[in-house]
Amino acid sequence: MIKKIGNLSKNKIISRRLFVLVVAKIGLLGIVTSRLYNLQISEKQKYEVLSDKNRIREWKTPPQRGIITDYFNNVIADNQRVYQVHLSLEEVSNFNNSIFKIKNIISLKEDELKKIYEKKEKSKPWDTLIISENLSWKEFSKLNLYLHELEGAKPVLSTSRYYPYSNDLVHVIGYVGDATSKDIQNKKKIEENFVPGLKVGKIGIENSKDADLIGNHGTKRYEVNASGKKISEISYKKETQGQNLRTTIDIEIQQLAQELLKNKAGSICVMDIYTGEVIAMASSPTFDPNKFTHGINNKDWNEIKNNKLRPLLNKSLSGLYSPGSTIKPLVALAALEYGIIDTKFKVNCKGHDHPYELYGERYHCWKKNGHGLMSMRNAIKQSCDIYFYEVSRLLGVDKLSLIAKRYGLGSKVLEDFFSEEKKGIIPSTKWKKQVLEQSWYLGETVITGIGQGYIQTTPLQLCLMTAQLANGGYKIKPNLIYDKEIDLDIIKSKIESEKNKSVGHNILKDHEFKHFERLYRNPNNLKLVLDAMYGSTNEQFGTSFRSRHKEDKYKFAGKTGTSQVKRITDQDRELDLDLEEIEYKNRDHALFIAFTPYNKPRYSLSVLIEHGGSGSKAAAPLAKKLIKKIVDRHELREKIRKDLKNIA
Amino acid sequence: MILSTSLNSSSYSFFDKLKAVDYFLIIIVAIIGLISVFSIYSTESGNFSFYTKNHLTRFIVFFFMFLVLSFVRVSVWYRQAYIFYILGILLLLLVIFFGISVSGSKRWINFFIMNLQPSELMKIAIIVCFARYYHRIQSSDIQSYKYLLQPIILLLIPCYLVITQPDLGTAILIAGSGLAIIWLAGLNLKYFIYSGLILLVSLPFVISILKPYQKSRILTFFNPDRDPLGAGYQIIQSKIAIGSGGLLGKGFLQGTQSYLEFLPEKHTDFIFTLFSEEFGFVGSMVLILLYTLLIYRIIRIGFSSRSFFAKLYCFGFASGLFLYIFVNIAMVVGLLPIVGAPLPIMSYGGSSMLSIMLGLSIVMSCKIYSRDPIGN
Repeated sequence: MIKKIGNLSKNKIISRRLFVLVVAKIGLLGIVTSRLYNLQISEKQKYEVLSDKNRIREWKTPPQRGIITDYFNNVIADNQRVYQVHLSLEEVSNFNNSIFKIKNIISLKEDELKKIYEKKEKSKPWDTLIISENLSWKEFSKLNLYLHELEGAKPVLSTSRYYPYSNDLVHVIGYVGDATSKDIQNKKKIEENFVPGLKVGKIGIENSKDADLIGNHGTKRYEVNASGKKISEISYKKETQGQNLRTTIDIEIQQLAQELLKNKAGSICVMDIYTGEVIAMASSPTFDPNKFTHGINNKDWNEIKNNKLRPLLNKSLSGLYSPGSTIKPLVALAALEYGIIDTKFKVNCKGHDHPYELYGERYHCWKKNGHGLMSMRNAIKQSCDIYFYEVSRLLGVDKLSLIAKRYGLGSKVLEDFFSEEKKGIIPSTKWKKQVLEQSWYLGETVITGIGQGYIQTTPLQLCLMTAQLANGGYKIKPNLIYDKEIDLDIIKSKIESEKNKSVGHNILKDHEFKHFERLYRNPNNLKLVLDAMYGSTNEQFGTSFRSRHKEDKYKFAGKTGTSQVKRITDQDRELDLDLEEIEYKNRDHALFIAFTPYNKPRYSLSVLIEHGGSGSKAAAPLAKKLIKKIVDRHELREKIRKDLKNIA
Repeated sequence: MILSTSLNSSSYSFFDKLKAVDYFLIIIVAIIGLISVFSIYSTESGNFSFYTKNHLTRFIVFFFMFLVLSFVRVSVWYRQAYIFYILGILLLLLVIFFGISVSGSKRWINFFIMNLQPSELMKIAIIVCFARYYHRIQSSDIQSYKYLLQPIILLLIPCYLVITQPDLGTAILIAGSGLAIIWLAGLNLKYFIYSGLILLVSLPFVISILKPYQKSRILTFFNPDRDPLGAGYQIIQSKIAIGSGGLLGKGFLQGTQSYLEFLPEKHTDFIFTLFSEEFGFVGSMVLILLYTLLIYRIIRIGFSSRSFFAKLYCFGFASGLFLYIFVNIAMVVGLLPIVGAPLPIMSYGGSSMLSIMLGLSIVMSCKIYSRDPIGN
C-alpha cells in the first residue's frame, strides 16, 4: 500500500515534470519553426541569390572589333582568322607537365613561356589560358594530331586584327595590342568589356575610337558544381561586334604618298579644302602594325626603335619643322590685310654683296645674285627673302602671329584622333616673354618672316593652312572619319553667306572663329596671294616651275620651302656645297605646299622631306606626281560622296 | 512473484496483443521512413544506387525488427536493463581497442554485416537503464546523495567514453536524454540549477580541453563568415540551401545546392537541409509535424502504461527523440554549432536507425503489455 502511494506520488511528479518538458519542447519547436520561416520566407530572396551565385558562373566571350575602311569602302583594318591554342586550367592536373608537352609540339620561346607563367599566376583555377595566339597552320595541325595526349589543351579558331595595307597606314590607323591594366583603368569601355586576350587600340584611330570599335562582350552562363566543373549551359548572350568605321582616307592616294616617301624621312598630307577630310596622311619611314597584334618580338622592336629615321614618329603631326618659305603667302596676306603694303610696294634684292641690314646684323637672300626689284607677286613667286625681311619688319611679329594662328598654325589639327599630336610654336613678343622670359628682338621678326627662327609647325598644320587659304579664307573642320553631318553643299552655302558678311577692321583683332566662318577682311588680298602662288608653279622663274602640270585639270598652285636646320655661316655661303657634299643631318628640310586644281580649288597638300635639300628640287616633284593621282580620283570620290549622302 | 508474472503474461491472448498495437505510430514511422528513402535517393541525384539501396534495406530490416521486438515483454527489458547498459559500455570499450577510424574519430566496430556505432545504442541503453534505476526508488529517497550520485556516475562513464572518440554530438545527446529522465524522476530543481551554474563556471576549462576542430566549430557557429571556405562552409551552404528553398521548395530532385555538391554530408547530418531545399517551408513543417505526432504517440503510450518503468521509459525516450530531432534541425538552420547529430530515421546510418527502431520497439512493448505491473 505504501508502495502504491509512493508510486502514485511518483506518477504525479512525473506528469508534472513531463508537462514542464512538453512546454519546453513546444518552445524549442517554436524557435526552430520561426527560424525556418525566417530563412525560407522572409529572407528567401537573399538565399536564392546566394544559391544562384553558387551554381551559376559566367564566362565572358570576346567581342570582335569593328572593321575600318577607307572612303571607298576598302577594308584597311580587318579581322582575320587565326589558329590558337588555349589551355583550360580546370582540366589540367599538372600545369608544368602540360606546358612541357605543348612546348614540344609548337615552338614557344623563353620570353613567351615566361609570359604564360605570369598569366597563370593571375588566373583563377577555372580560367582558360591563351597559350599561343597565332599558330601557323603546320603547328596547328600538328597540335590537333597530338591532342589526345594534351589534357586541357583546346585548339581554337579565333579572329585577330589584320591590316591588309600593313606599313602604308600605321600612322593613321595605329595598331592594337593586349590591354594593359592602365588601359583598363583609363577607358570605361575597356573595363566593361574586358576579357582575357582582349586587344585594344594603342595609337591612332584604333586608340581614339576604341570605344566605338571594341563592341560588347558576350556572356555564357553555366551551371557549375562545387568544384567548378561546368554542368550545363544556362544562357548565352552573344557578343556584338564593334562599330565599323569609314575613314576619309583614299587608300590609293595614301599608298602613292607612302611610295613617294620610300627611303626618305618625311610626310605628305592631303586634305579636302572644304570638308576638311584628310585624304592621305603619310609618314616615312613606317613599320608593320601587324607585328604588334600578338606582341612584337624584341628583334623587330629594336629594329624599329633604333632606326635613325625614327619610324615611330608620326611626322605629319608630331614632327616639328620650321615652315621656311611656305610661310611667305601668309606673311604677304597679313601685310595686305593690315594695309601695311599694297601691290605696288617694292623691295630691291641686290644679292649677297648687299644683304639686308638691321642694326648691323646682316640677312641674306637664298639667291646669290639677287632678285632685283621685287613686288609682292614676284617675291612670292620667286621666294625672295629680302622682300619678306622688309615686309615682316613693317608688319611686326605679333600681327604675323595672329594671322598665322588664324589660318591653322600653332594648334592641334586632329587632336581628337592622336594623343601624340604636337602644337608647334608661333612666336610673338608675349610668347617670348612668357616662355623664354626675354624681350623680343626685331631681328627675330625678320627671320620669322621667312619661316625660320623660333617658328615651328607640323606638316599637317601647313596642309590645313593651305586649305584655308585656297578655299577663300574660311575656317574648316579637319576630320579623319566620314561624318554625314559634314556636307559639302551645306558648307558651300554657309561660305556663300559668309562672303557677304560685312566686317570692319575688327576682324583683324584676336578672336575665336567658328567653323566655316570667314577669316579675312578683304577677299582681294587672298586672291592676290593665291595668284602669286599660281605664278610660283606655273610661270617661268617660279620656284616650282619645273614641277608644273601643263594640262589644265591638273594645274596647281604651290609654294616651296627650304628650312634650315642650322645657321648658314658666311663660310657655307662661300662654299655653296652641293647637297651630296653636306652631312645628312645638316642638310635642309625640303617643303612644299600646294592646292589643286587651280581654277576650281578642291584639295590642299603639304610635302616635307627631312634633310631633302631644297623644296623645289626634293618636295615639289613629289607633289606633282601625287596631284595627278588626286585629280584622277576626284570624280570617283565625288560619286561616293553623293551615294553616301543618298543613303543617309 | 515469478509465478504471478507468468500468470499475468498468460493473460494476454495473441489477439489482445494485436489489438493493443499502436498502428498509428507504425504508420507514422513508415511514412517518415518512406520520406527518408526518397531523400537519400535525391542525394544521389535520382540514381537508385549505393546509399539508397543500403538505406532502403536497413529501413526494411530494422522496421521489421521493430515490429517483431514489439512483442517482447516489457518486463524482459526491465530485467535486462542493466545488462543492456553494461553491454553498451563494453562495446564502447571495444571501440577503443578494435574501433575503425574514419576522418580522425574512432566510433565504429566492424560486425561484418554492418559497422556498429555503440554510442548510438548507448542513447537507448541509458534511457532503459535509468528507467529501471528510478523505478525502484521511492520519491522520498530521490533527493538523497546516494541516489543523486549513482546515476550521475552511470551517465558520466558513457559520456566520457564517447567524448574521447571524439564525438561531442552523441555525448551531448546521451547526456541530454539521461538528464531528461533524472528530471522526470523528480530530482529537485535546485540540483539542476546548481549543476547549470557549475557548468557555466567550468565552461572555459571545458573549452580548453576541446579538440581544435571542435573549438573551431563552436567559434564558427558564432560567426560562420570567420572561415567561409573552411569550418563555416557547411553552415553557410546549409543556410543557403534551406533559404533558397522558399515556401514550396525547388521540387523533388531539383535541389541545386545538393545536386551540385555544395552541400556537405548531405545524406547524414544534413539530410534535413536537402529535404527542406526541395520541399520548402511547407515540406519542413510537414516533416516536423510527423515527428511531433510520433513523439505525441509515445507520450500517450507512457500515460496509458501502468508501470513506472514504462512511463519513465516512454517519456524519457520521447524527450530523447525530441532532443535528437531538435539538435539536428537547429544545427542545420544555424541555431546550434555543428556537432554531428543525425536526424532520427531520416539520416543515412545503420546504428542510428537500429537504435531508434530498438527504442520504438520498447515503446510498443510498453503499449502491448501496458497492464504489466513490473518488478513488484
